[in-house]
Amino acid sequence: MNEPIISTNDLSVHFPLTGRLFGEKPVVRAVEGVSVDIGKGSFYGLVGESGSGKTTFGRALLRAAPITRGSAIYNDGEVKYDLSTIKKHELTDYRKRAQLIFQDPYAALSPRMTVRDIIAEPLEVMGLTNSREETDERVREIAAKCRINLEHLRRFPHAFSGGQRQRISIARALVSKPNFIVADESVAALDVSIQADVLNLLKSIQQDMGLTFLFISHDLSVVAHTCDHVAVMYLGRLVETAPTRELFANPRHPYTKALLSAIPSLDPDDQGNPLKLEGEIPSPTNPPPGCKFQTRCRHSIDLCRKEEPKLDKLGDEHDVACHRWKELID
Amino acid sequence: MSLPLISVKDLTLSFRTDEGLVKAVDQVSFDIAPGEVMGLVGESGSGKSVTAKSLMLLNPDNAVYDPKSSITLNVDDKSIDVFSLKKPSDQMIIRGGAISMIFQEPMASFAPAISIGEQMVEQLMIHSTMNYARAKEISIEMLTRVGIPDPAQRFGQYAFEFSGGMRQRAMVAMALSTKPKLLIADEPTTALDVTIQAQVIDLMKDLVKEFHMAILFITHDLGVIAQTADQVAVMYLGKLIEKGSVRQVLRNPQHPYTRGLLDALPRLDDLDRPLKAVEGDIPSPLDRPSGCVFNTRCPVSLGSECETIIPEFTTNKDGQQVACLLTQKEEAEA
Repeated sequence: MNEPIISTNDLSVHFPLTGRLFGEKPVVRAVEGVSVDIGKGSFYGLVGESGSGKTTFGRALLRAAPITRGSAIYNDGEVKYDLSTIKKHELTDYRKRAQLIFQDPYAALSPRMTVRDIIAEPLEVMGLTNSREETDERVREIAAKCRINLEHLRRFPHAFSGGQRQRISIARALVSKPNFIVADESVAALDVSIQADVLNLLKSIQQDMGLTFLFISHDLSVVAHTCDHVAVMYLGRLVETAPTRELFANPRHPYTKALLSAIPSLDPDDQGNPLKLEGEIPSPTNPPPGCKFQTRCRHSIDLCRKEEPKLDKLGDEHDVACHRWKELID
Repeated sequence: MSLPLISVKDLTLSFRTDEGLVKAVDQVSFDIAPGEVMGLVGESGSGKSVTAKSLMLLNPDNAVYDPKSSITLNVDDKSIDVFSLKKPSDQMIIRGGAISMIFQEPMASFAPAISIGEQMVEQLMIHSTMNYARAKEISIEMLTRVGIPDPAQRFGQYAFEFSGGMRQRAMVAMALSTKPKLLIADEPTTALDVTIQAQVIDLMKDLVKEFHMAILFITHDLGVIAQTADQVAVMYLGKLIEKGSVRQVLRNPQHPYTRGLLDALPRLDDLDRPLKAVEGDIPSPLDRPSGCVFNTRCPVSLGSECETIIPEFTTNKDGQQVACLLTQKEEAEA
């Protein structure tokens, strides 16, 4: 793996809940003690069910969510920031270097702005260009890269389909020439035939511009096809991380195994294996003791209910947080 | 051959809008046999939900059905012409009687201020002569059947107290409690996580067997179709373009669009295969292409022929139907 551009250590994001007058205030532990390194130039996948904390983790790395504990170091070679203690003027600079692509291309674009204005806005807000001509030049350059028809720049977003809109959101995220992009479920709202097109575009831009992506998705087959590393989250915890091939060939955590077996097969005669998970993800305000997955895990023993497992190194950058992973190798 | 449960013929439907008539469904025909699961696949805007809602006459008032369209429901040795049902009291048979529907967004499908149990009881009492106590008993039984723990207590709770997966289960329980002959499931698992989706799919498969019920399963997810459906129909821009058994369509797709869909799908069993997108975007329904609706994006378009001739459905020797000029030519030559 290359030098990490993002390196988190014990990163936690807690949201206090209000509404209780006495006693301990309940806290949502959205992200709890996550330590990962995201290599420069990698396409890093983050998967998990809704409520697993993957979006909050991505937002914390952009400082769009507060960091309660731990650290997150951003280091692109030019500058190095600790995101948990970053100062205001540094944050302004960091915004140019890190960007977000949203999930819903219908909600992410202002209906009252032309495509040109939408893409140009970050440049104007951040003061990255000196003249209107320069701004236009940058907008056209990035629009061409994102395969947006230059004649469409004067139109309003309502005239475009989901795939076209998502390309506009991508252009807006890329126009400030960032180094690090968080793509939060960026293809989830798109149809299959369009989804492949946007994925291929993201891939080619990433290689072209040497970007690092944190690709948040609930769709494992999409992640398998685009990412080089994958991290699996459950109830705010990192449960397993590995290079993509390794993870899909040798999943070690029972949750990862269950997620993989839940994907419906395209073969009508392959009825899937009986690894189906019972129940649902517990509430993050009231997580179970010990391993967070024990309430749904078929292999849980007393130890799992008492003690939370630490990340174990399996070698080959493959880490897993499970007390019993060794015994469970078939 | 026995009568199909429901037979849709030449269903054509447009919406009156400020920009004129917009065609949403164009000459769609299909039959569903009793106990059969029919998967209806297509992208957003392909007209699959509108087609399904037509079976229950649930489309909004600005929908204009072409007079040649016909939908026939065959239940209890009677043939019912769905379009002849004008009065709400007559329409009860297609709205919760013989046909039930479950929707994509389970939160939006329940009334927020009425308990789940009351809503289940209400529809049972409308569709049958049973009293409250009996309706409650059946509702709790159905909640148990779909795997909701502690159903007697859950009966009195509201939709917001249920999680997403639970709500969808409750929705299934409610739709099935009147023992419909046909269940329309409009993207029932799309809003759910994969692990919960797997649970709901298993549940639906069990219930089909148990109640011998037919399902019209609408989804854009071909994996879900592979796991549930017997027959598959593929729609594009309001047109049915391919129809056949699930094995035929997924293993040996004939229409270039179906092939494109399958090629665009990321697969876990072959990570090296590059994803091939279907080029271009879906045309706007206001601006429907002439000839074959897919010709603007088709990689093997024959040019002017495909732009002028609307392909008819042809059936190959295995019973798989496809509407494509090229496929028909190749078949004729072979």
